[in-house]
Amino acid sequence: MRFEVKVEVSPREGIANPEGSTIERALPALGFVTAGNVRVGKVIHLQVDADSAADAKSLVEDMCNRFLSNPVIEDALVEVLEG
Amino acid sequence: MSPAPEDASVHRALGLSDDEYQRIHELLDRHPNHLELAMYSVMWSEHCSYKSSKIHLKRLPTEAPWVLVGPGENAGVIDVGDDIAIAIRIESHNHPSAIEPYQGAATGVGGILRDIFTMGARPIAVMDPLRFGPLDDPRSRWIAEGVVSGVSGYGNSVGVPTVGGEIVFDETYKGNPLVNVLAMGVLPSERLVLGQASGIGNLAVLLGASTGRDGIGGVSVLASAGFDESSEDADKRPSVQVGDPFEEKRLLEACLELLDEGLVTGIQDLGGAGITCATSETASRGGAGMDVDVTAIHAREENMEPVELMTSESQERMLAIVEPKDLTRVIEISSRWEIEASVIGRVTGNGQLRVLNGFDGEVLASLPASTLHDDAPEYDRPLAPPSNLTERRSKDASQGSADCVNDLLNLLRDPAWVYSQYDHQLFLNTVVGPGNDGTLLRLRNPRTGEETGRGIALSTDGNHRWCHVDPRQGTAMIVAEAVMNIACVGAYPLAVVNCLNFGNPEHPEVMWQLSEAVDGMTEACVAFNAPVVGGNVSLYNETNAVDIAPTPVVGVIGMHPSLSVPPPVIGLPSDASLLLLGQVPEANVSMAGTQWAWEVGGCKDGTLPTFDLAQAVRTATFVADAVQNQRLVAVHDVGEGGLAVAAAEMAIDSGVGAQINYHSDHIAMFNESGGRVLAVVQDELLDAFMTDASEHEVPVREIGRTGGSSLNFGSEITIPLNDLEHACRNELPEALGRGTISA
Amino acid sequence: MSCRVGVVRFPGTNCEFDTVDAIRSLDGEAEVLWHGEPSLKNVDAIVIPGGFAHGDYLRCGAIAKFSPIMESINSFAKAGGPVLGICNGFQVLTEAELLPGALQKNAGMKFLCSMQQIEFVSTSNVLGRQAQAGDRLLIPINHFEGNYVCSPQVLNQLEEENRIVFRYTDNPNGSMADIAGICNTEGNVVGMMPHPERATSPLLGSTDGTTLIKSLLIT
Repeated sequence: MRFEVKVEVSPREGIANPEGSTIERALPALGFVTAGNVRVGKVIHLQVDADSAADAKSLVEDMCNRFLSNPVIEDALVEVLEG
Repeated sequence: MSPAPEDASVHRALGLSDDEYQRIHELLDRHPNHLELAMYSVMWSEHCSYKSSKIHLKRLPTEAPWVLVGPGENAGVIDVGDDIAIAIRIESHNHPSAIEPYQGAATGVGGILRDIFTMGARPIAVMDPLRFGPLDDPRSRWIAEGVVSGVSGYGNSVGVPTVGGEIVFDETYKGNPLVNVLAMGVLPSERLVLGQASGIGNLAVLLGASTGRDGIGGVSVLASAGFDESSEDADKRPSVQVGDPFEEKRLLEACLELLDEGLVTGIQDLGGAGITCATSETASRGGAGMDVDVTAIHAREENMEPVELMTSESQERMLAIVEPKDLTRVIEISSRWEIEASVIGRVTGNGQLRVLNGFDGEVLASLPASTLHDDAPEYDRPLAPPSNLTERRSKDASQGSADCVNDLLNLLRDPAWVYSQYDHQLFLNTVVGPGNDGTLLRLRNPRTGEETGRGIALSTDGNHRWCHVDPRQGTAMIVAEAVMNIACVGAYPLAVVNCLNFGNPEHPEVMWQLSEAVDGMTEACVAFNAPVVGGNVSLYNETNAVDIAPTPVVGVIGMHPSLSVPPPVIGLPSDASLLLLGQVPEANVSMAGTQWAWEVGGCKDGTLPTFDLAQAVRTATFVADAVQNQRLVAVHDVGEGGLAVAAAEMAIDSGVGAQINYHSDHIAMFNESGGRVLAVVQDELLDAFMTDASEHEVPVREIGRTGGSSLNFGSEITIPLNDLEHACRNELPEALGRGTISA
Repeated sequence: MSCRVGVVRFPGTNCEFDTVDAIRSLDGEAEVLWHGEPSLKNVDAIVIPGGFAHGDYLRCGAIAKFSPIMESINSFAKAGGPVLGICNGFQVLTEAELLPGALQKNAGMKFLCSMQQIEFVSTSNVLGRQAQAGDRLLIPINHFEGNYVCSPQVLNQLEEENRIVFRYTDNPNGSMADIAGICNTEGNVVGMMPHPERATSPLLGSTDGTTLIKSLLIT
């Protein structure tokens, strides 16, 4: 079966996130004074062939560990959207 | 073929006039079908055909013994000795950058680089003259920030250093920024190739990115019409292409390898008008025809129509003309660089460009290839000076606030915020980089990497204020300014490229500006013996029917004949005489067109100061000689902002002040009388230098003495260096550096 | 001194010929090694030069680490062979886990190209053979992702084992502990963000990079 999978890569807690900080500094200029703790990551959409949703998830988690994210600075969350 | 369109709304929607449609009908001796009409529409657009400007451009001087390829090819090429040639070109990407600043600028860089490696040259330098609306306008800041990021993001990644440029902010560019990009490359002279298809049976191979729906009709939509705010942005956004510098890098390396192995007989980049332009241009230049199979084009999306495939402006593509026996090797090299290669065409002998649905399939279009170029319309559009010209020229631009200290602080601007985002050192050639008068690069042999002991200098210059006041003299002055800039790094001019940014050519005043600018450029190029080897015309730079101030931009390339030590710096040394070289401004010199008059005094008109072109030639040669002979300790061109800004920049650069015993009024400090240079000579060489200058008929005046921690004019004006430095360095980071906000 | 240096070329690398030129100008031998071929051609040292390997897509160095040549470089490094990663090369070495930590975007969120002063902290590595700790060098930086980060434990370890090779004297990018370059435990693998090959000629404004490249050439 083919599964649509979403990977959310986000900066690890405690690691500085220059992109987020920059956006955070810019927001008040537009009048958004209540925003804080902005963190920027990325989303990767892909399709995989697997026997089950669980298999698809574990396959993509393996991709994350080896390639799609860098565990030194990033966390990855894998979500199987549809089969 | 599909039936002929009867309805005039079809060709009008494609941007063709009724007369142009009639012309196509005559050329084909029948009605064109929709695909054919679309192909004529993109090729006869202003951007591709130069139909409004061609008649004027013909007056420019284009020849010299060292010119190998002049205007009309993808890039100009000059011979610089030692069997080395240099390809150079400048282009605008104004309209795309107004809509999507990052991608507009990025694809501008990509496009110009392909023009250079199309000629067989490895691009080694980019320059980016940029012009935006005022810094206090949020949208202009957003555009400026995005454009600089785009040049940085694409240029750095593709691996070509950005070694200079300009950054100008003015009300006239609000809504219509000018993003010009110059690129230069070096090649072994024997590798020079032209974009032509010859040899019946040879194959046209499409290399690089797949063809998508992006940029359909981009050229005709974007570059051939102005903006009005009602339809702004949203409608035009689908036409903006997205650049992929990594694809371009691989394409560049693959193409240079193909050329090195002699595997292509002609090569052409795909820019405006996409495959239509590349196939018809190569065929008509080679006096041949071509059959193009649309089904062979590697497409990004399914179900693309032939008209989309033929006119898409997807980026990072090249068309190579290859003998059938070499195809295997061409595909090998392409796949090593992970570049797609598809045989999409065959060279024929009948002069026809035929678009086919499969090589043996249905004929979708058939037209004489040369008619897309050679028969493009050429307009002698009405031109007229502005009706109030006499009144405008009678204005006195010297009135207004004259708090000289404050004025000077306001006129200073350090562009480091821009160029520190550009890799300006790659290839180990950059002897003098951005932030100086001229850029100076080591000239090395492109095959062996060996130094030639010589240097290549570049400068780009424009000045909309001078050109607004007087497009003819203003243009002559910007050529002189660019030559003076490269003289300051020890170089003599070889050639000029130009980017003519003007408003709507249907306005007679704009055509007059263009015509005057061409004449002024001609006068200066003849005087400096520097022919024009290439250029680009960008018209319809207007917002809500208001034309931009005329902004011709020139790039001057020059030769430093003996480069063993770096040229003098800008920064002042301590305890030395400060000299002012060049034309002596007349008494009460006009302030018309100065940065002071526009930004402080608030007057944009008047009559430019008298400009002595012959004197500028003598001064530039003398300065370059003095640099060559290592007689100058410091040197800086006097340009925008006049003497005071030039002196302040010299003081800030080294942290050494000066006492200038010269008139301390705003006219003396900020006038922009042309052809002047500030210089410092060692005291013991001073007498000989003065004698030499007098023999070469170059006026030199000792105007002060360097030293101290302030810049003083006469006894009244004293400005601490700290204040100067603060005003100069902080403006751009404060305005642009805090992250970006889309307006 | 006839050290042969292999300079690795990935698609997207752009400092490979500059690095070769700089090595040759210091009487070393250099040849370019294609990323797709595993052979190191018996070179004595490896440089992974600057650029944008694989476009820096996904993350800098993330795709390059899977190139066939990287396995050979891994074995070469494990056997004590000298490996220098410059800029993008440093990013590749961290992704390949030959060096700890990671390089993320500069704190100012801008690409930075400028001359920078760095200080030699540790000379117990392949770049330090002609240097004293405390030496200050002027070497250009040219990067967007040069902001070094690692866990507090790793930082402790780097400091205790004297593996911080260079620190910036005026931190341009937000790097943790002002780190401009680090090495592995053995000192044979060094990664640094500044470009020593760009500081090898008086015409280019600095010759301070020569001492580093010369040190690499003594093997």
